[in-house]
Amino acid sequence: MIINILQIILRFIVLVAIQVFILNNIQLGGVINPYLYVLFLLTLPVQTPRLLLLLIGFALGISIDMFQNSTGIHAFACVLIAFFRPAWLKLVAPRDGFEPDESPGIKKFGFRWFLVYASVLVIAHHIIIFNLEIFRFSDFWSTQLRVLYSSIFTIVLIIISQYLMHRPQK
Amino acid sequence: MRTLFDLLWRNHFVLLFVAIQSFCIYLIIQNNRYQHASFFNSSNAAVAKINEGVTYFKEYIHLRENNQLLAEENARLRNTLSLITNPKDTTKPFVSDTLQKQQYTYVTAKVVNSSTTLPNNFLTIDKGTADGIKPEMGVICGSGVVGIVQQVSEHYSTVMTLLHSKSKVSAKINSNGFYGSLVWGDDLNAHESILKDIDKTVPVKKGDTISTTEFSALFPSGIMIGKVIESKLNPGSNFNAIKVGLSTNFGNLSYLYVIDNLKKNEQRKLEEETQKANEQ
Repeated sequence: MIINILQIILRFIVLVAIQVFILNNIQLGGVINPYLYVLFLLTLPVQTPRLLLLLIGFALGISIDMFQNSTGIHAFACVLIAFFRPAWLKLVAPRDGFEPDESPGIKKFGFRWFLVYASVLVIAHHIIIFNLEIFRFSDFWSTQLRVLYSSIFTIVLIIISQYLMHRPQK
Repeated sequence: MRTLFDLLWRNHFVLLFVAIQSFCIYLIIQNNRYQHASFFNSSNAAVAKINEGVTYFKEYIHLRENNQLLAEENARLRNTLSLITNPKDTTKPFVSDTLQKQQYTYVTAKVVNSSTTLPNNFLTIDKGTADGIKPEMGVICGSGVVGIVQQVSEHYSTVMTLLHSKSKVSAKINSNGFYGSLVWGDDLNAHESILKDIDKTVPVKKGDTISTTEFSALFPSGIMIGKVIESKLNPGSNFNAIKVGLSTNFGNLSYLYVIDNLKKNEQRKLEEETQKANEQ
């Protein structure tokens, strides 16, 4: 149990570091900003208390905000994701439900399930982030295009990192 | 009363959610104001310390390029110096004017964190109130204008760069002296800005240099900003929108100069008083 918690804390630090020191510094065609760090919220254990989830979401978002001076924007998006995650998990739960102490991942639930589960949350997160950052409607469609490209890129990164961490048993 | 508590307890998840989100919205609105004091940004000492550690390693990557830039700047300064001390134009001999007081002082600073890919980009530098940095000071580098100091902590400050949706710097076309305001374009390109408010009758050529004006209280005049790429008529108006290729490369900034205009307050006060007098 304690090892689990330590592992989660370590994952938090590693993902925030990768985000602010590597991903925030790369520029792909000037339109793509992947936000891989949401992976942390996606892979928290299914049984995480809902209130704790909100607080973790806020902590994660505000850490990213502090490094890129976008105060509140990432916190807002993360807390929103954290709020809807329990309901979304219930909706896409496998027929026999989740086992306690389980985390959503490719290994347990397969590629297709994970792709659907992750894509919806990632796209929601990116829509909020990019539109709040711009905060105007003048370039509405070019913003939505950035959302689309960046979401695809983030999802690809998430899938790759899932395969790197643990190979599926098939 | 009991039922009220019951109701609150039953909905505590939603209530906490609403509370946190309201706090976030408050932070976002705060951050959109030009000047404010805030804890959650990179002038925060802990965040800046971490950034500084990472920058220590990143510096080596651009070392060669930065040395080159510094050497070029030195050469340029030596040229100007020799013009001042050995003037060729004998009709205007160099006069040592003791009444003339120094107007600008420069503080060097090192970049510890920067971004160029967001819609609102900032830098963090390693100088703060302890070194005399105050909000709303101009920041330049060897190759041109960088931005304006926004927030200051004891040893760090954040700088709003030209690559920010609220950045606005007054700029002129060197060949004819017409001036307008420089803003960042909507296409979020880190190498270009837009010079607005230039009348459509003003002739603009590709390659004309753009620099800072005499009446900005933040920058000395004649600091390079960039070169004209193309000039287009703003549809439905009498003004041209001129695309400017920036001379500063925001991707590899390392050492900067923060400018303190010693006469800024005097200029501001006079301008405010004039405005007030005219309103009455």
